[in-house]
Amino acid sequence: MSVTNVVADATPPADPPAEVAVDSTPSVIGVRKGMWGTGPGDVSGFGGLSSPVVRHQRASRPYGSWFDAVADRLEELVPGLPDEVNTDHDELTFFVPKALLLDVVRATRDDAQLRFETCPSVSGVHYPDETGAELHVVYNLSSMTHNRRVRLEVTCGQEDPVIDSVTSVYPHADWHERETWDMFGVIFAGHPGLTRILMPDDWQGHPQRKDYPLGGVPVEFKGAQVPPPDQRRSY
Amino acid sequence: MSDKKTDTTAPDDAMLDDANQIEPGDGASADPEDRDAPATDTLDTVDDQAKQPTEYLIQGGDFDDVVAAQRDKGDETIVINMGPQHPSTHGVLRLEVELDGETVTHIRPGIGFLHTGIEKSMEFRTWPQGSILATRMDYIMPMFNETVYCLAVEKLLGIKAPERADILRVLVMELNRIASHLVAIGTGGMELGALTVMTIGFREREMILDFFEALCGTRMNHGYVRPGGVSIDLPDDGLAQLRTVIEWLHRHLPEYAGFCNENPIFRGRMCGMATMSLAQAMSLGVTGPPLRATGYPWDLRKKQPYCGYENYDFDVITWDTADAYGRVRVRLSEMWESLKIVEQCYEKLEKTAGQPHMTTDPKIAMPGDLTVGADGQGNSFSHVKHIMGQSMEALIHHFKLVTEGFHVPAGQVYQAIESPKGELGCQLVSDGGAHPYRAHFRDPGFHNLQSVPLLCEGGMLSDVVVAVASLDPVLGGVDR
Repeated sequence: MSVTNVVADATPPADPPAEVAVDSTPSVIGVRKGMWGTGPGDVSGFGGLSSPVVRHQRASRPYGSWFDAVADRLEELVPGLPDEVNTDHDELTFFVPKALLLDVVRATRDDAQLRFETCPSVSGVHYPDETGAELHVVYNLSSMTHNRRVRLEVTCGQEDPVIDSVTSVYPHADWHERETWDMFGVIFAGHPGLTRILMPDDWQGHPQRKDYPLGGVPVEFKGAQVPPPDQRRSY
Repeated sequence: MSDKKTDTTAPDDAMLDDANQIEPGDGASADPEDRDAPATDTLDTVDDQAKQPTEYLIQGGDFDDVVAAQRDKGDETIVINMGPQHPSTHGVLRLEVELDGETVTHIRPGIGFLHTGIEKSMEFRTWPQGSILATRMDYIMPMFNETVYCLAVEKLLGIKAPERADILRVLVMELNRIASHLVAIGTGGMELGALTVMTIGFREREMILDFFEALCGTRMNHGYVRPGGVSIDLPDDGLAQLRTVIEWLHRHLPEYAGFCNENPIFRGRMCGMATMSLAQAMSLGVTGPPLRATGYPWDLRKKQPYCGYENYDFDVITWDTADAYGRVRVRLSEMWESLKIVEQCYEKLEKTAGQPHMTTDPKIAMPGDLTVGADGQGNSFSHVKHIMGQSMEALIHHFKLVTEGFHVPAGQVYQAIESPKGELGCQLVSDGGAHPYRAHFRDPGFHNLQSVPLLCEGGMLSDVVVAVASLDPVLGGVDR
């Protein structure tokens, strides 16, 4: 392993990052109207319903099981880490400001009490309505020593989609970050070779973004036209 | 070749020209100065020119000319493209190999040739339809793709599949694990010239696929595991067929050890090849048989049980050589452990006969109890009679469920299972709608292929085949 061992509890970051997004609880990402689909033809009588769509609930202490120990240790090692945690479905998620990402992953890998040795998965999620934080990058970390999993979520704006690469800490995140760049257009600063991986090298656009069309043609089936999937009625 | 593209002749003529390869200086030219290599323009001395690698293309020409031109230069470095259509790359994997003689100095895998946008497509389909898409990713282990997806959906829904569904899932997954390992060992053997291992491997796999066909109507791309359970229970003679498969495997699995374990060619090609130590495996995040071949017993079935794996008695197989041979031995022994689990499933299925194979929540489970007809199609005549002749409400409910699916509470989950190739992960995001907001699959082949440079660089070109086969990537899953 060519990565230098970083002492986890050394040097706090110079100043706490400005863009620490402590969002309102719960975070509402949209409003769903009606019981069924959009568009006309809903004769079920539920058309007047309106319910908020909640992305995640911010958890409050105590988180339960080993979550508190990990959260305590991480906050101790990374000063300035906001207390924004989600524990839905018995999975621990830390919402990490992007300026602190490298400090966090160094701590998660090197600290004996955390020891998340591997980062099995990195991927993106696009929330076009979250202005300034449209692109989310989700890191799933796995600890074989303690048999635990934890998730880190980092956001960046579509205008300045730059996040530090974690390949210096988790070398195997290489292809996952390339895929996230390819599909979402997130630039991972410090990545050794951030090129497209699934799409052709000269491809334009980032297909997994929500504003990128699915494509497809209408299909005629027994005389009826079936529109392509992204133009059908959505529910 | 490129200058011909500007030619305005009819396409047929151009194609003829291409096929004949008659132009001197085209392709493998004897004189490197013929080719326009922009890099040589800036060279000053003859000395520098000698160091500059010469670029040859492979469209036609006499190979003797290439050899003659190269003979005096003392430059043995060549860069070749292995794949994407090379038979030993298990699909469409491209390997850019830089060779010094026959020694690999650099190797870079190139993927994406089988990218079909499954994750994007899922965002436009209902939750149950996602299972049908997921099964097509790594087509050698479809049951695992379906199961990891359905477990993730169930986690978001906050439901658990009934006991019999879990048993059926474990059954099909373990049979699928045997089939997948058979393909890995069989095709890996074929690439070393051991064709018999391949033919018998596919023979046994065929028995398993026959069972799948009897169970759910399809040999591959099953769509058998659905959110909430499985699509269909065992057929009436299902247990008898399962017994046949178990007996068949008991009779034939020992053949692989007989063919491979002490075979001098097999050992000579595999022992000490493509080694990866535990420290290297950890830094590369490698999972599955390559990790267990280093001696580390990491198996999610034991460590983070799902589908009731904690109720089965089986061992985690490890090996201590950390090479290609060890990975084959791990797979061979894992097939026996899977067979042990299949036998336990047999007993559990006998005990749970008649219990539901699908969650009883009518908002999630498809209505009607399907049976596979003689034509291989699933149907349920009593249900059709009910909705068409008796109950309009049942018809509306059926229609809504099929066309719109069900809503899944907003949230984000990551579910990982132990696939034959390593950790198979599924990350799902729901916005509360009837479609996945985002589905991401962490395929073990995608991740493990990153270790190809580590396994191959410094070795011989012929061992690249062994190294890739020992990782067992399937490009349908790698590219998704």
